[in-house]
Amino acid sequence: MEYLDGNALGGALGEVFAVDVTAAVGQCASCGTSGAIGQARVYPDAPGLIARCPTCSEVLIRLVRDANRAWLDLRGISCLQLALPADR
Amino acid sequence: MGIVSPGFAGRRRSGSENLPPGQYLVTDFPVLSAGPTPRVDTRKWELRIRTETGQEHSWDWDSFLRLPSEDITVDIHCVTKWSKFGTGWRGVSVDTLLAGVETAAEFALARSYGGYTTNLPLQDLLGGQAWVAYRFDGKDLVPEHGGPARLLVPHLYFWKSAKWVNGIDLMESDQQGFWESLGYHNYGDPWREQRYWGD
Amino acid sequence: MARAAVLGRLNWLVGTVTAVRDETATARTIVLDVPGWPGHAPGQHVDVRLTAPDGYSAQRSYSIASASAGSRLELTVQRLEDGEVSPYLAQTLEVGYPLELRGPIGGWFVWDPADPAPVLLVAGGSGIVPLMAMIRARAAADSKVPFRLVYSVRSPDTVIYSGELLAREQAGESDGVSVTYVYTRTAPPGSDGPARRIGPAALTADGWLPKQAPAVFGCGPTGYVEAVAGILTRAGHDPGLIKTERFGPTGG
Repeated sequence: MEYLDGNALGGALGEVFAVDVTAAVGQCASCGTSGAIGQARVYPDAPGLIARCPTCSEVLIRLVRDANRAWLDLRGISCLQLALPADR
Repeated sequence: MGIVSPGFAGRRRSGSENLPPGQYLVTDFPVLSAGPTPRVDTRKWELRIRTETGQEHSWDWDSFLRLPSEDITVDIHCVTKWSKFGTGWRGVSVDTLLAGVETAAEFALARSYGGYTTNLPLQDLLGGQAWVAYRFDGKDLVPEHGGPARLLVPHLYFWKSAKWVNGIDLMESDQQGFWESLGYHNYGDPWREQRYWGD
Repeated sequence: MARAAVLGRLNWLVGTVTAVRDETATARTIVLDVPGWPGHAPGQHVDVRLTAPDGYSAQRSYSIASASAGSRLELTVQRLEDGEVSPYLAQTLEVGYPLELRGPIGGWFVWDPADPAPVLLVAGGSGIVPLMAMIRARAAADSKVPFRLVYSVRSPDTVIYSGELLAREQAGESDGVSVTYVYTRTAPPGSDGPARRIGPAALTADGWLPKQAPAVFGCGPTGYVEAVAGILTRAGHDPGLIKTERFGPTGG
């Protein structure tokens, strides 16, 4: 098997997002399937991180890092639902 | 850079005078992939060149193999910093593929089975600088390394050498490919260390 | 328990090795003190980064083995033959050495002690590590939630945490955790049956029935995790209750 699951994205996305994204629920912009980002198929051995939909294999998330920039493409997700702590 | 880990050396790598800046030499051949490895049946394989006027020239596997081919040995450089010297390939020169093609285009976009794309100036595909390769190291090119056939453009970072190539579009204006649209340098010359935008 | 939902971007932290403990011939636990550690939830992992003097670096993910306890955390590392990072962690690293890490990572593959659902843990080889954190967190929270562990290993000498698992099993009905071993290569003398790969029997007889709606956590090599998820969904378990974490071929 060539891929890992969405847990493998957690570290890299954790440097960009202030909240955990692996538990967020995303809707694939290509096929409409919803699921936890932790269930995405992550291809970690590339010049960047790629997460693909486990149902249709289209790209959900792309992330490239250099020393002090991150490039993030979330177009593969039409909607991302994140859990946030309740307002005090 | 992180803190140095006492006693850590990492995978075997070495320096060399012939390396572009920031690269290290490896003896294995790392596989990098942005998605599942396409398994392309050569009975259905096709390579299609499309010009800026919409003209198309295509080859199926048999007609592609009947084209004149060359054995070449080149150094390759990946943007993830590994380089490999003296890799041996057999392929059809892109000069051969474009020989009968009329075009005024300046730019090209290579396309692959699986959806990958990468762009480069048309002149970087000509003059003996690029091939569509189908054999590596004396054997048929395996799918993990881009087989049945991949683009091979060794003077640029290796992400430009599109695996599983199935088409080249010739265009009047430049169009960014998969990595070029996400921070990787539009041209990618390893000798000028053009890894990311603005380098 | 530490809130996994602590807001804030992850940064690289430097911990110090305070102890090392051999678990098997090829696996070792590293105890770290990490100043600034915000705490973690059971099931989360860290990314570890090693850097050579010339700037070359390698990074791998490791599950946290311990329950949250201030700035202290434990990693259990399996040494892979031709690994790049695991031999350093399993052999070279010594007490007093620094280790750079980023975390805690992951809010999905996490057990919440407030969840009353019974729990099925399915471990393949070193996939036991994050599941052990869950078992330890259960004990630290004095939870009575029933836990069943099905643990696939090649042979008895490759079982990690064998002593501790035995102690927890013997701790009694509601304090204990039930443990079933599946030996895939060499079964111990006196076991009921030869070595075999994991199958539906182990997961139902020694696991939970679908109508009990257990929270399932499966961890191990990709092929193993897929096989287990397949067996459970075909047996009628709700796929939405099955969470998996794969250790990939890129690890080492």
